Amino acid sequence: MIVVTAALPATKYTGTDPFSQGWEWLSDPLNWQGPLGIPTRLVEHLGYSALTLLVSLAIAIPLGLYVGHTGRGRGSVIALAGMLRALPTLGVMTLFALIATSSLSLMPAIWALVLLAVPPILTATYAAIAAVDRGLVDAARSMGMTERQILFGVEVPNGLTVMLGGFRSAVLQVISTVAVVAFISLGGLGRYIIDGLAVQDYGQVLGGAVVIAALAIALDGLLALVQRAVLSPGLKEAKTVPDQPVAAQEPTISQATAGLTGEKS
Amino acid sequence: MQWFLANLEQVLNLTGYHLIQAVVPLVLSVLIAIPLAQLARLNKVAGGIILSLGSLLYTIPSLALFVILPSILGTKILDFSNIIVALTIYAVALLVRSTLDALNSVDDTIRQAATAMGYKPLQRFLGVDLPLSIPVLFAGLRVISVSNISLVTVGSLLGIPSLGFFFTDGLQRNFPTEIVVGIVGTLVLALLMDVVLVLVQKLLTPWLRTAKPMPALASDLHTAAVEA
Repeated sequence: MIVVTAALPATKYTGTDPFSQGWEWLSDPLNWQGPLGIPTRLVEHLGYSALTLLVSLAIAIPLGLYVGHTGRGRGSVIALAGMLRALPTLGVMTLFALIATSSLSLMPAIWALVLLAVPPILTATYAAIAAVDRGLVDAARSMGMTERQILFGVEVPNGLTVMLGGFRSAVLQVISTVAVVAFISLGGLGRYIIDGLAVQDYGQVLGGAVVIAALAIALDGLLALVQRAVLSPGLKEAKTVPDQPVAAQEPTISQATAGLTGEKS
Repeated sequence: MQWFLANLEQVLNLTGYHLIQAVVPLVLSVLIAIPLAQLARLNKVAGGIILSLGSLLYTIPSLALFVILPSILGTKILDFSNIIVALTIYAVALLVRSTLDALNSVDDTIRQAATAMGYKPLQRFLGVDLPLSIPVLFAGLRVISVSNISLVTVGSLLGIPSLGFFFTDGLQRNFPTEIVVGIVGTLVLALLMDVVLVLVQKLLTPWLRTAKPMPALASDLHTAAVEA
């Protein structure tokens, strides 16, 4: 089952402690080129993550909007998300990989990752819509807006920051967990950790880990900026008005925790 | 099921290792996060540093942190302590934030009443602020507990024993049953831990048992936000 993939030419270390070896591995130009080099692995890593997120968004956003807007199926969505959260992704991934007919195909791993990414997006979407001030929604309805207009013109803009918070934590989890797919003989940056551990090349292990960590931190920072940028202009103004009652305070409670929530991976 | 019964001893052993790696960080994080949260509340600058450092550390993927820590701590790559330290870091990062929210949500008039009754600052913190924060604190703990149980399995990629061993071993032996046992075991463990946490919370907040808990909206919203 475990396919031994071709490895990079081993870096010749001069240092003995893991830190200097890690640094030497990272600064070795041979590790930055070719089909096994860091740039290629990075593209693979991002590719798997993007595919996972696309599938997850296609499932979680419509479902979350529906439940949030209608309030139907609220209990089952929360229960489902809670159950999916407890699933160990490594286990699901190995199981899917074994059951799948072709041992090297990508989709089993992607589906396992989708199970990981759906709960944060789904619960954030649902919670974002459900937390929109009912007074606003009623006002929109009494102005004659259709349900579709209410959903996309009032509820989504008001809940967008919280929704993006869920997306952000899903991105983080997926980027982290894609590192694990190397274990089932796929690519991505996790290869360096898995391959390095197999041959006790701790410079490679550490170097790979640093690249993955840097990727996660950079992407998370980028998404934090996006999250700030897309806040509806109307809501930005509302915040500067003093003595703004509950309506203005609610989003801030959620925003405070939105960046740092959900399951770690 | 047959395989499960035949290997019951191994399942129980690995469950024990798994529990240690998941529960110790939970306890440590409570002890570390509460003082940090109070510090963050009293000092804006320190608070900013603590919260940003927390979210930065929280962003580091677990597999990466598991293999980076041995070089920093000087531990062997197979040590339990790597997993325990890593999970404690994540738990503290998350818990400081929810504890801070919890402490901030305590009504100021209650604090003033306590001071007027003669509570000293530390006494007031331990006797008034902290107990009133328990529901929010436990909401955070329950999220952490579920994710810890699942994260511990990743350590099996380094060869650290936990129920995750059944995933790596099952894959190598091409034996799905073993993986299923591992998954079910992990789920059961997560569920049991959750039940225990709910019971402990009930024990710690006897005043919530009779009356309706707090303003429902605020706590609901917070739970939703924490869970999201």
